[in-house]
Amino acid sequence: MADILDLSALELRDAIAAGETSSVEATEAYLDEIESTDGRLGAFNEVYAERASERARSADSKRADGSAGELCGVPVAVKDVLCTPYGHTTCSSKILANFRAPYPATTVAKLEDAGAVILGKTNCDEFAMGSSTENSTRGPTRNPRDLDRVPGGSSGGSAAAVAACQCAAALGSDTGGSIRQPAAFCGIVGFKPTYGRVSRYGLVAYGSSLDAVGPMTRNVSDAALLTQVIAGKDPKDSTSLDEPVPDYLANIETPVESLRIGLPGEFFSDALDPEIAATIRKAADLYKKSLGAKIVDVSLPHSRIDRDGNGDLSSYAVACYYIVAMSEASSNLARYDGAHYGHRTPESGLDIVEMYSKTRAEGFGEEVKRRIMLGTYTLSAGYYDAYYNKAMKVRRLIKNDFDKAFEACDVLLCPVAPTTAFAIGEKSGDPLTMYLADIYTISVNLAGLPGIAIPAGLSKNALPIGMQLIGPLLSEEKLLRVARMFEKASACPS
Amino acid sequence: MIDTKDSVLPVIGLEIHVELATETKMFCRCRNRFGDQPNTNVCPLCIGMPGSLPVMNRKAVEYAMKVGLALNCTVAEFTKWDRKSYYYPDLPKNYQISQYDLPLCEHGFLDIPLKDGSTKKIRVLRAHLEEDAGKNVHDNPSHTAVDLNRAGVPLLEIVSEPDMHSVEEVMGYARSMHRLVRWLGVSEANMQMGHMRFEPNINLHISSSSRTCKTPIVEVKNLNSFRALERTVAYEIERQYSQWRADPDGYSIDKLGKQNRGYDDDLGRTVFQREKEEAHDYRYFPEPDLAAVTVSQEWRDGISSQIGELPLARRARYMKDYALSFKEADALTLDCPTGEMLDAAVAAGAKARRCANLLLGRGSAIANERRCAIAEIGVTAGQLAELAKMLDDGQINATAAAKVFDELTDSDDSPRAIAEAHCLLAVTDTGQIVAWVDEAVAANPRAVQDVKAGGKKQARAFGFLTGQVMQKSRGAAKPEEVQRLLRQKLGD
Repeated sequence: MADILDLSALELRDAIAAGETSSVEATEAYLDEIESTDGRLGAFNEVYAERASERARSADSKRADGSAGELCGVPVAVKDVLCTPYGHTTCSSKILANFRAPYPATTVAKLEDAGAVILGKTNCDEFAMGSSTENSTRGPTRNPRDLDRVPGGSSGGSAAAVAACQCAAALGSDTGGSIRQPAAFCGIVGFKPTYGRVSRYGLVAYGSSLDAVGPMTRNVSDAALLTQVIAGKDPKDSTSLDEPVPDYLANIETPVESLRIGLPGEFFSDALDPEIAATIRKAADLYKKSLGAKIVDVSLPHSRIDRDGNGDLSSYAVACYYIVAMSEASSNLARYDGAHYGHRTPESGLDIVEMYSKTRAEGFGEEVKRRIMLGTYTLSAGYYDAYYNKAMKVRRLIKNDFDKAFEACDVLLCPVAPTTAFAIGEKSGDPLTMYLADIYTISVNLAGLPGIAIPAGLSKNALPIGMQLIGPLLSEEKLLRVARMFEKASACPS
Repeated sequence: MIDTKDSVLPVIGLEIHVELATETKMFCRCRNRFGDQPNTNVCPLCIGMPGSLPVMNRKAVEYAMKVGLALNCTVAEFTKWDRKSYYYPDLPKNYQISQYDLPLCEHGFLDIPLKDGSTKKIRVLRAHLEEDAGKNVHDNPSHTAVDLNRAGVPLLEIVSEPDMHSVEEVMGYARSMHRLVRWLGVSEANMQMGHMRFEPNINLHISSSSRTCKTPIVEVKNLNSFRALERTVAYEIERQYSQWRADPDGYSIDKLGKQNRGYDDDLGRTVFQREKEEAHDYRYFPEPDLAAVTVSQEWRDGISSQIGELPLARRARYMKDYALSFKEADALTLDCPTGEMLDAAVAAGAKARRCANLLLGRGSAIANERRCAIAEIGVTAGQLAELAKMLDDGQINATAAAKVFDELTDSDDSPRAIAEAHCLLAVTDTGQIVAWVDEAVAANPRAVQDVKAGGKKQARAFGFLTGQVMQKSRGAAKPEEVQRLLRQKLGD
């Protein structure tokens, strides 16, 4: 048997089920790996070594009883925006540094019910706001492919942990690309399911109408496996969809017949790194030549990326996204005021308003404050129609573009991010440039669609390049199969 | 006082907040109950913890629809939730889930009774659902405590048009609304428990010989008794008039501006709180955590069919069909079950007049003592019907019936059984009454003499002898029969 850390989640589950190894053995191996590598990497905010070992023993005895679940004994990590009734749930923020949730997120509970062993919580941009995992009170996470570079964000800790074999798989959250972009930067698979396919209960809200929980894994089959476990209607989340969950793994190896792949022209402008553009075109070629797919040109006019008079990039989708996300964020984060839980300013003798402002000034980082301020502004009387209402209209148009595109194709193929992983510190002083790291992913959240990032190749300097496949609402099953077709074909050179 | 030379029209609108009596809160499954230990009916959602999500209580929507339909409102086919943002410790999320531009109910009216017996339509602009806030408790000088038991309790906000022009109309509207929500069974509307709170908007349209003008609109927040509402409206009319009167020519609305005022119960008047221009910007936007609500025809019709006869209609029916006075009919329609009891007794064959007399006599007196509705004193419609029939058939007299009625409040026995057990059935045995008459006459020769002598003392003496016989029968003889036999005896 190969090194236990090299097994995918699915392989590890099967090996444990077959008695070839045990959950205890796997868990100890991962805990050792975290212990020896995380000082450099900074992927974890908190590790639950003792609890994980205990859960592993329990998984092994369950396996012996024959009552093993779909993830029996598999060690996983979850992003530190998902609540657990043990340890802290901090969102990498000072304001929640000591917050202990009395309840688990539905996704975490489902993982555990399926037998998974939660190793710990992974680092992220504060409240999932960022594209580099540099906006964290815990310090940045480093990209395991190049420690001087960012792992992407906001789910950078989960991406790095999966890429560095610190866990078999992980959960992330994706509001504007926060699963897919770090997956691309770290060379792993990141899957954002349809909005509402997976419960948001216990996910600390950033942009409630955009937020989605999804898996970050070593391969497409693992993404299917984890999605299978976490998907489904949750009575605790009114926005979760009451639709049957298909068996995502059953036909994962079966290629999609007469597949039509759409290439959105707007996503291949000069904003895109030519090396990435070439990689995506090569992937399209592979689908066409080796897999018999038809490639069609489609258009997403409202997701177009332009250059303004100064040569700076701009996009309706980016503008729309930041208005919607920040408006919702300004409201979602209003609750962190020091009155009921979380950080409260140590200063005494303050009136209530001073207590609120001091607490929030001390507890939130720069980027979070920026987004709260912008969101408060866009919702204010007199600005609401010009910003929020206009953004809602643009959102509708973006959605319509996708609907139209899917009349001509089954899935869209496009880049995940305009660049490969950038250097730590390179963009942290320039928020607008940082926001453009999301240009190819945010439309998917605005439209509520499923999107998957999978490795497509390497750049000249050996950094991973990801590609994105986007499907219609609730097309997870097909989308995963299309992704698996490429994964399989690209692994065995023709 | 208002000078009769000036024409002053108060223009008053009223917002009424009604806490709905659902088992659980609006967006979580915590118990909705007043008076429990602080912070015992709370969950992560009530505390506004991260990751918690609201789930709509369908029953609360149904209760709100019921009120809306009873107020002749249009119930929206499509309605949604919005967040209203403001920072306050009793609102842990620092936003309230409410309804902004698409309320559940709109454009209805409530008929209110006026003193002269007529009714007036007060238009209802909208009725929307929201969650109540918790309570800040300031009983310790060093800190403020927060009780979140009330946080998330379903609250119906009913907003009237400014159609009221006097204290009487405001009180008629407030009391009619109070009666209606209790009638529909959607709220206990207990004022002491804060189940119903008022916010009047008041200004005056004044025409004098020189000019006409409008005073600035004053909004008074959070009034939780009828008394406070009445005093507030009366005080504001007077205050705004006096302010204008002090300088009618220099009076300018621009100088004054809209105001929020609070009611000071000790002073019995309103006090300035803030200019309305300083009012919050609530930054409403659609609540992304809740799905929009679609109200199907079927759902609405189902709720509609649960609404029976409403108070005003029932009162009119009692006046017409039962020949009751306005006052009697009104007293029997304060709540729904009392009228249902009356109607059931009538359906069982009793005469409405007899039943109404019993209910408004001893029934009303007992209900007052016990501070409950007449229907709640423990007498059933069947018992009421039987007692009324006994009265009608002369099997019992009114005095004895009152005694039986009192006994019925604690008994499941039939009125007949109670009357028998207490020897209260009318004595129809003439021989027995004749014997009592003989005894009374023998024992009271002076009275007999006075009767026979005629003159001033005659009536009183006759009454005395009647009383003696009634006493011997322990009230069970028919007084007319006693008097007939007494006259017969003394005429001998």
